[in-house]
Amino acid sequence: MGRLVDLKKAYADKKTSPRETLLDLFKRIEKLNPKLNAYLEIFKEEALKASDNPRAGSLSGIPIGIKDMISIEGHELNASSKILKGYRAPRSATVTEKLANAGAIFTGRLNCDEFAMGSSNENTSFGPVLNPNDLSRTAGGSSGGSAAAVRADLCVGSLGTDTGGSIRLPAAFCGTVGLKPTYGRVSRSGVIAFASSLDQVGPLADDAQDTAEIFQVIAGRDERDATTLPVATGDYVGAAKIGNLKGLKVGLPKEYFVKGGLSPDIEKLTQQSIEALKKEGAVFSEVSLPHTDYGIAVYYLVATAEAASNLSRYDGIRYGKRAKDFKSMKDLIVKTRSEGFGAEVKRRIMLGTFALSSGYFDAYYSKAQFVRSKIQQEFLDAFQKVDVIFAPVSPTTAFKIGEKSSDPLQMYLCDIYTVCVNLAGLPALSFPIGDDAKGLPVGAQFIGAPFAEETLFSALAGFEKAAPYKRRSLEC
Amino acid sequence: MLEEILKKYEVVIGLEVHAQLKTKTKLMSAAANVYGAPPNSAVSTPCTGMPGALPTLNKEAVAVAVQMGLALDCEIQPVSIFSRKHYFYPDLPKGYQISQYDRPYALKGGVSFFYNNERKTINLTRIHLEEDAGKNLHFDDRGISLVDLNRSSVPLIEIVSEPEIRSPLEAAAYLKALRLVLRYLDICDGNLEEGNFRCDANVSLRIRGASAFGTRVELKNINSFRNLEKAINYEIERQHQVIEAQEKVIQETRLWDADKNKSISMRSKEEAADYRYFPEPDLLPLRISSAYIETQKRKLPELPMARMARFVEDYARSPYDAEVLCASVDLANYFEVVAKSAGDFTMASNFIQTNVLAKIANVETDFKSFYPDAKALGDLLLKVIDKTLSLNMAKEVFEEMLSSKKLASQIIQEKNLFQVTDEGALKVALQKVLDENPGQLTDYRSGKDKLFGFFMGQAQKALQGKASPAVLKGLLERMLKGE
Repeated sequence: MGRLVDLKKAYADKKTSPRETLLDLFKRIEKLNPKLNAYLEIFKEEALKASDNPRAGSLSGIPIGIKDMISIEGHELNASSKILKGYRAPRSATVTEKLANAGAIFTGRLNCDEFAMGSSNENTSFGPVLNPNDLSRTAGGSSGGSAAAVRADLCVGSLGTDTGGSIRLPAAFCGTVGLKPTYGRVSRSGVIAFASSLDQVGPLADDAQDTAEIFQVIAGRDERDATTLPVATGDYVGAAKIGNLKGLKVGLPKEYFVKGGLSPDIEKLTQQSIEALKKEGAVFSEVSLPHTDYGIAVYYLVATAEAASNLSRYDGIRYGKRAKDFKSMKDLIVKTRSEGFGAEVKRRIMLGTFALSSGYFDAYYSKAQFVRSKIQQEFLDAFQKVDVIFAPVSPTTAFKIGEKSSDPLQMYLCDIYTVCVNLAGLPALSFPIGDDAKGLPVGAQFIGAPFAEETLFSALAGFEKAAPYKRRSLEC
Repeated sequence: MLEEILKKYEVVIGLEVHAQLKTKTKLMSAAANVYGAPPNSAVSTPCTGMPGALPTLNKEAVAVAVQMGLALDCEIQPVSIFSRKHYFYPDLPKGYQISQYDRPYALKGGVSFFYNNERKTINLTRIHLEEDAGKNLHFDDRGISLVDLNRSSVPLIEIVSEPEIRSPLEAAAYLKALRLVLRYLDICDGNLEEGNFRCDANVSLRIRGASAFGTRVELKNINSFRNLEKAINYEIERQHQVIEAQEKVIQETRLWDADKNKSISMRSKEEAADYRYFPEPDLLPLRISSAYIETQKRKLPELPMARMARFVEDYARSPYDAEVLCASVDLANYFEVVAKSAGDFTMASNFIQTNVLAKIANVETDFKSFYPDAKALGDLLLKVIDKTLSLNMAKEVFEEMLSSKKLASQIIQEKNLFQVTDEGALKVALQKVLDENPGQLTDYRSGKDKLFGFFMGQAQKALQGKASPAVLKGLLERMLKGE
């Protein structure tokens, strides 16, 4: 399939047509998806029909996969949960509306952790997504389908959602680029809510330019989402084309580079990347984010509290699954939720409900919000000194299916390098920096100041020139 | 019974009033805010709790809420916060209600009204903005319940008074005054029966002179002014019995049953739901600038108390008259036009109160199409002032105007109506009456004073009611004295 920008050029040069591209693509999906389980549903007929006469625009005829958290009018939307089985979105999310208006063709719904809750894409009602680099391993979560589909060339780009690392972790595990935008940069309207103050929709694709092409379309203020901010969008595509590392001030948070924090292979590749960046003129300095250690605790209080609230609406009254044989109104709601939600979702609803309970609110939720503001301030202070922060995405590469699923706390620790970005509302761009000894991709991230996505794309474009990631060809 | 109790105990009442705002669209969605539409026809994705739908705050609702806050002299807060209030119920589609909790948009202020002919002010604690829930409809015959979400997310303001109300009558007066402000601002219909205006009462008793409050009980489901008084009376007697029996009043919520004239316990404090409030992350804090407040202030009409005070001052009305005449904007406007064009304020006030209001069922709506309109009535009263008509004749012309929709002058001309003031003609008629009724005349002279009216009536009858009552009366008095 190749890169998005190459495909655009091929269309422009009439080397291929959207229809030919999509015919090939669906052939590949039909062959590989049964192994990877990246798609929950493909929109073959609709996509082929659209490919005959794609709408003009910057993404005209470009096949894009959509995480099963994001509404596409008339299509089923499940959040990979049984509780939403049968629910069809009455209108599109702002992001899918914008993509469609730019000419993108939707290939299908991509698997994810149930309600985007998970780090391995194993918490889904429809079977885990497997990592295209090694089918015995997880694709990372929660946007596992979005990353695996891009890496396995089952779409040219995709949308994921990132609440605590859900775009960046699977991007790192699968070897793709993924952007978690500044909170308030992309509309959440029509996107199923996990944790409202943390959720952002973002693109996944092969490299900086492809990712920027999609982001350019979805970014911007939206009247339908009061938390989007009236800040002008940048020239992300331009920034990703040029790339410049000369004089770029890069911060290395000392708390992210403690001894033994990273697996040796990741440690080595990370150091090599730093050297490559330096060589191209980036200037490194140490920054300190002392409250990093509290990130996981704060995140799992805030995210579960908001999740418990957001998931209250799934009661079996208006749509989706409804339990049979109920004796009363209360019984209907209890049974529907007991049968409809998976174990991890229930665990988080319980945690969040507890954290918001009267008598515990101050000790948990309020305290967590207080520490959150400290974390945010530390980042803002750091960005007084540096343009971007360079950090690992995950302590390990993709782990085996089932390896951590019995230990939720171990699973939560996968997010140690990603959650603080969400707590602080910052943009972060995850990208592959090489493969470990087992051939599994290793990722790193540039973290930016609020609305500094242009800087991130420019930094990544520079890095890609300095140390291009060599993609293995995958045959799964 | 009640009077006896209130000699020993003081009742302490605070009211929590919910008013639905008459905005074009809902508080948190673009769906229409309409009453009585077919079930689930005025809905959109946020107010039906669709996955991914986000609330968007209705600016019109904020504007009118701020106007209400200003009308009640509240301190409008520069920053207020929406929170989520959680509970599971089929008519609550998101599983939470968006409401202002610990940071409401308006604090303090008060509601003023005339009570026993004196100005009285009940202070407010706060006003906050929130969304309404939908409605569950139960069809027992079919064994099903259905949900109508047309009301879901309709804007409400909740106005919370300090516990400063001291009697059921005062509670009703407060509630009426509050409703009048809402109606003057034209932001709420203020209809308790239709549920766009709802009142909960917190009631407690304490020994007179005590400084600490007693345990309060919250009364819900009060759907009329009469029921407000009845429910509070019932609660006073109930709490009195509990206290006199040396037992403790339990903090609880009780539902008023208007059919059975009693309240039943709904839940105690221990059973109270944990609403797990937290700030609504989908909305930014509501920021209200002083410039915005000034803009809203300029939109305020003359408010009821100011208008009543002006009627007392400018039209020499009693507070009672002023209150009656200011019962609606339309009525007050009507009075002012009539009073100004007739020039006799007392006559205008009396004529409207005794004749016009007898024909008006609803002071809010009926003036829109009422005839005689203010101009026509003013012209009629001028005919009394210039003595063309007696007041009694004017009443007849008024009735004729009601049915024929004609002008007073037209009716006067057609019926050749005029007041006979010529003493000669009246004397002839009176003499005839006295001559024809010698028995009554003898009785009158032996002390039956009441017969004066009989002679007056007979004479008016003979003159087709056209005689000037004043002239006729003076003449008759003189004639009976034998002058």
